[in-house]
Amino acid sequence: MAPAILIENLQKSYGKVVAIQDVSLLVQPGEIFGLLGPNGAGKTTTLRILCTLTTPDAGKVEVSGISVLKYPKLARQKLGYVAQEVALDKILTGIELLQLQAALYHIPTAVAKERINKVLDLLGLQEYANQKTGTYSGGLRKRLDLAAGLLHQPDVLVLDEPTVGLDIESRFVVWDFLRQLRASGTTVVITSHYLEEIDALADQVAIIDSGLVIAAGTPSQLKDQVGGDRITLRIREFSPSEEADKAKYLLEQLPFVQEIIINKAQGNSLNLVVTPQSEALISIQQALNNASLPIFGIAQSRPSLDDVYLAATGRTLMDAELAAIANFDPKAKKQQNMR
Amino acid sequence: MKTEINWQQVASSSTEVAATPQLSDNFFGELLQETLALTRRLFIQLQRRPSTLVAGIIQPVMWLVLFGALFQNAPQGLFGATTNYGQFLAAGVIVFTAFAGALNAGLPVMFDREFGFLNRLLVAPLASRFSIVFASAIFIISQSLLQASVIVAAAAFLGAGLPNAVGLGAIALVVFLLALGVTAISLGLAFALPGHIELIAVIFVTNLPLLFASTALAPLSFMPQWLQVIATLNPLSYAIEPIRHLYLHSNWGLGDVVMHAFWGDVTFGTALLVLLGFALVSLLSIQPKLKRSLA
Repeated sequence: MAPAILIENLQKSYGKVVAIQDVSLLVQPGEIFGLLGPNGAGKTTTLRILCTLTTPDAGKVEVSGISVLKYPKLARQKLGYVAQEVALDKILTGIELLQLQAALYHIPTAVAKERINKVLDLLGLQEYANQKTGTYSGGLRKRLDLAAGLLHQPDVLVLDEPTVGLDIESRFVVWDFLRQLRASGTTVVITSHYLEEIDALADQVAIIDSGLVIAAGTPSQLKDQVGGDRITLRIREFSPSEEADKAKYLLEQLPFVQEIIINKAQGNSLNLVVTPQSEALISIQQALNNASLPIFGIAQSRPSLDDVYLAATGRTLMDAELAAIANFDPKAKKQQNMR
Repeated sequence: MKTEINWQQVASSSTEVAATPQLSDNFFGELLQETLALTRRLFIQLQRRPSTLVAGIIQPVMWLVLFGALFQNAPQGLFGATTNYGQFLAAGVIVFTAFAGALNAGLPVMFDREFGFLNRLLVAPLASRFSIVFASAIFIISQSLLQASVIVAAAAFLGAGLPNAVGLGAIALVVFLLALGVTAISLGLAFALPGHIELIAVIFVTNLPLLFASTALAPLSFMPQWLQVIATLNPLSYAIEPIRHLYLHSNWGLGDVVMHAFWGDVTFGTALLVLLGFALVSLLSIQPKLKRSLA
């Protein structure tokens, strides 16, 4: 059976800005596939190419074995796309928007009526169906957008940052819904820069950064590959760098310590990778005590997806996110997304 | 939330399709379905937000009343043998209203681009993306014809007379051709320009100059030579003069001369052909841009 999505050596630049350097992805039917990365990593561009909104400079893109570039219309029938920004016509009622959507996918009127009813039920929208979408809350708008994306029963539902800006409640509704969708056999592709979202939902993950896939696999595979336990140590709330350097030198002498990175963005805290063992925290405390260094906070954990990202890029996802916000050019972004 | 979504056969046999991707067997049916749905959207918008249409009807009627009154005391015969200015002006107002309405046709499409609604249409497997253009054209032309009927009625009420059925048909044809051509240009601009600010600027700059450089408000004989040249090249004049002619002559024919251009006389039939040519050239000239934006 053909994979739900096959992307090979995808490349895309906007002028001099390289959005995608080299992305290859393989998504099997019936799984939730998560694309994780900071803003500006190339997630949205990848999805836009997949959904025929943008043409790549090079590479191969297939949906259920159909080349998106050669047969865009067939590919569009197989895909449902729910964009990050919910674009509804605020003058239309929910049901009118769904009727329009059904006609755009050439669903016969009788069938459309039945399906619209079904998606309205499914997403708890019945009571709002005859209200103008302009009166909807953010969560309702997202649900209607999801309903619209499902109307033609796509093989693959593609969602770009489906829970950004949603309240916790709506977020869990969406998560729940995506899991049900998977149970029904629909392939789901989502992007997110929320680690916990991908961790909770995705069967397979690809982490992308600066237009490159830097890691791919199941979440637990990725974490195991990184190996070791994580210890975050803060000597003071904001430690002077000499003190951090001193602590680093000191702790590197301990036999179970594999690696130490000083995180400047978080008050020179020390991120340690250690061979899992029960005595780790006590040994570290003793070592610091002997050198009469204080401890503001110390915590040990199993590796997270963030550690996978950190190991591959040398910065945490949060730092990358902050850097991306600093460099964000809303105008250029808008031009890219406008057709 | 309900818990069952079992409408889909798990992983359908989509692999066979891959080998032989086929074109849809019902192209025209699909084209019709999507075009009608998109047109319906525009009419629902109009129905719930009728202010543009109301303004688009009040404005030309005010033109007729106020502009007509402005020149009421012009010497008899100044605007042609039997004419009062009100009679003279009706043709100009009908055409200018259709023109201004059609010039705005690109705005909704531009807003759809800016708000991302267009993406919803572009990820759908449309039979042809030109259905987006067809829907706008159908909508704008219907609106123009509706406005034209109100102006014709108002003009009759104000004493300009009422053309016979064939005359009304001719007015409809002229409005149709002009609105089609101008709508095409506006839609082309909606895809070519970066945003609605720029589109509005272009509309602003085009609107009134084209009005003044036409025969809408004054006959050619009033104009200096250079303006006459411009006015006889302006498509609006080719829409105005035939309508004006049939307002003033109950026994008009296609061979009648309706305008004395600087290179020679223009007949009723020629004017219609010029409008047809204008519409065709407009439609053809935006094809490359639409293909690039919508392909």
